[in-house]
Amino acid sequence: MMKISRRGLLTTGAAAGVLAASGLPLRAQAKKGGRLRAGLSGANTSDSWDARTHSDLFMIASAQGSVFDSLTEIAADGTLKGELAESWEASPDAKTWTFNLRPGVTFHNGKSFGADDVIESLQMHVAEGAKSAAKPIVEPIVEMKKTGDLQVQLVLKDGNADLPYLLSDYHILMYPAGQIEEAIAKGIGTGLYQVQSFEPGVRMVATRYADHYKGDAAGFFDEIEYIAINDNTARMNALMTGQVDAINRIDFKTEALLKANPMIRIQEVTGNQHYIFPMLTDVAPFSDVNVRKALKYGINRQEMVDKILQGHGKVGNDSPIGPANQYYQEMEQLAYDPDKAKFHLKEAGLDSLDIDLSASSAAFEGAVDAAQLFQASAKAGGININVVQEPADGYWSNVWLKKPFCASYWSGRATEDWMFSTAYAEGAPWNDSHWGSEQSPRFQELLVSARAELDSAKRREQYGEMQMILRDEGGVLVPMFANYVQAVSSKVANPDTVGNLWQMDNARMAERWWMA
Amino acid sequence: MHPVLKIILQRLALGLLTLFIVSIVIFTAVNMLPGDFAQAILGQSATPEAVAAIRRDLGLDQPYVVRYFGWLTDMLQGNLGISYAQLNFQSNMGGQNLKTVADQIAPRFANTMFLAGVAAVIAVPFAVTLGVLAALYRNSAFDKAVNVGTLTSISSPEFFLAYILVLFLAVLNPLLPSIANIYQGISLADRLTATLLPALTLTLVVTAHMMRMTRAAIINLLASPYIEMARLKGVSPFRIIVKHALPNAWAPIINVIALNLAYLITGVVVVEVVFNYPGIGQLFVDAVKNRDIPVVQACCLIFAAAYILLNLAADILSMLANPRLRHPK
Repeated sequence: MMKISRRGLLTTGAAAGVLAASGLPLRAQAKKGGRLRAGLSGANTSDSWDARTHSDLFMIASAQGSVFDSLTEIAADGTLKGELAESWEASPDAKTWTFNLRPGVTFHNGKSFGADDVIESLQMHVAEGAKSAAKPIVEPIVEMKKTGDLQVQLVLKDGNADLPYLLSDYHILMYPAGQIEEAIAKGIGTGLYQVQSFEPGVRMVATRYADHYKGDAAGFFDEIEYIAINDNTARMNALMTGQVDAINRIDFKTEALLKANPMIRIQEVTGNQHYIFPMLTDVAPFSDVNVRKALKYGINRQEMVDKILQGHGKVGNDSPIGPANQYYQEMEQLAYDPDKAKFHLKEAGLDSLDIDLSASSAAFEGAVDAAQLFQASAKAGGININVVQEPADGYWSNVWLKKPFCASYWSGRATEDWMFSTAYAEGAPWNDSHWGSEQSPRFQELLVSARAELDSAKRREQYGEMQMILRDEGGVLVPMFANYVQAVSSKVANPDTVGNLWQMDNARMAERWWMA
Repeated sequence: MHPVLKIILQRLALGLLTLFIVSIVIFTAVNMLPGDFAQAILGQSATPEAVAAIRRDLGLDQPYVVRYFGWLTDMLQGNLGISYAQLNFQSNMGGQNLKTVADQIAPRFANTMFLAGVAAVIAVPFAVTLGVLAALYRNSAFDKAVNVGTLTSISSPEFFLAYILVLFLAVLNPLLPSIANIYQGISLADRLTATLLPALTLTLVVTAHMMRMTRAAIINLLASPYIEMARLKGVSPFRIIVKHALPNAWAPIINVIALNLAYLITGVVVVEVVFNYPGIGQLFVDAVKNRDIPVVQACCLIFAAAYILLNLAADILSMLANPRLRHPK
């Protein structure tokens, strides 16, 4: 049998599910009862139950994770399953989708759930003047039809095989039709927990909804209490002193202190969040593929994982597709090799290369240090990087997408198409390497054909090739994937597999965990 | 008109002028910070179009002077406005159910006042008693110990004191909670327990100032002829200080107490963050981070008003404590 060490698991990416805790894995049966108290960051006084505005953990865990449901759900192991939709099917061109809804579902105010609720909840995102982060997902739906009390048909402008995946997005929650304003004001959903009190930016308390359709299979706590703790140290203190049972986002510098406490275990998963150095591939010298290759060999990825992430991450391979994606491709790892960097510079007709690299802590924590590590490693390959330290304020408006070479990050996307369409499609507004058909016509072709491909094996092949192209010729250096690291008290148990799409078991700990 | 009343009115008028100037300074200062609300809230999504759209919706594209006077006009009508964060999504709900800045601040401000109140109830009697005792046993080992202790605590950064207290009272001896989990409808006992650690931290910060002023004011008086007389009469040292010296020392002590009470309200930012106390300080920090000017302005006006009113109260109380000022010829 192959022996897999913890680090090995990380670097090979075999850890699609969970990466272990510091103690023994928990195999106990889930049991009901108790109160989950979690200290979570990412809360604001302007928070509300309007999912269109959600952007950080506190509200995602409160809304999609507890009080509301979506049509579909990504399970902890990364597979797609129905939540309020029981089943779905697509026409062969992936343009027309029919969703069959779960019968017998009620909102917390007693109203029963049906096709009208789906249509109105989707239309919220494209209503006149509405600001929704999920608009790009809902906008291509040109027609929403009620074909039965429990059936809706969605017609897309162009075929998209990922639609059921996209509908699991945390912005797209199901609200009761005709009562949406009230539902947003009070928090009325179909979720496992019913709101008892909600103070924006301070605290949320909810109790188990008795007649929930998920029954005994999920939602084991009697009550949940989410406390907003944005300060890292306060969050850690709260866990150490037993005032909360779980916290998100651990400060790596103090992680050792948490590990030393036998009552606490650390959960660590590698998801899609990645740190990058994009270069504009239509600007010299980056327009030369050999220059890009020289840079790929001039960067020491392992050193960055060790020093910037202090080991809490996975080496990147210049593709934005991470272990939490369906069609993540294992490829031969690009390695630091100054001789090869020199070779490719020569191919480009250069003896040495002088470039500016813009960085700021706004890009990601430690971005300036990472740029300096890059500077040091590239020097051996004949590449002279001048690190330009930019101010954090206005970094995204003044530096990113403007300067030819800079530091940045992506939190990743649930599907390959979504990620590629956002940042690698020709002409996309956030295409931070100006990647287009001039650089790789094949890539853009594959992007379009894979989108409407319903055959999973064929899609895997196509997305695999696209990841390969980016690794070999792409204009974005992806040196590392950063882990989600969180800590849980021994009073709370969790399944062996913990979701890696988002922090805290995809923000669904209220649904999936139980009191030990 | 009674002279005390006249002074109160004069000072209130001056206070309003001060508030006006403060509002200009804060508005200008927040505008001079790099980045604005649109950029702060959009982060990585700050494309020029998105930034321009938010600026247009919120009126941030208007010239600075126009925006200031717009805010001032609302303010004079008692309307603190709506925070940019709320306003940004008003189109989602057709402009309904928007919380105003006043709605947002009210519960937070009540929490901060509660914390300041608990801290004051502990700190003021504690500091004055220590000061009286230090004066009574001046230059003794007790006096020196009290001085060294309070000066050490005032010289340490607040967050350091806070963590020391957390270490001893929450981690090593789990007597008190390390974070203040305060919510609407919490019972008074729970609220007091949750507030105690932050209040103790604030007590450590403000005690030295009040204690040393009490001690100095009393010692200063001990050289007066009437104290000499009392001593010759055979009055006990404790009675001399409490009955003879203290009444005449109140004026400077009250002044220092008022200054420190103002600090308890305005200086809580760090303590609130450390203990995750849901008061106005945390709200203020978030608002500055997001360049949410209506909230920043409202917080600053509250802070400034606290200073002005407490200083006014100090002056009036010290006047009332002095018969010569109370009954001018």
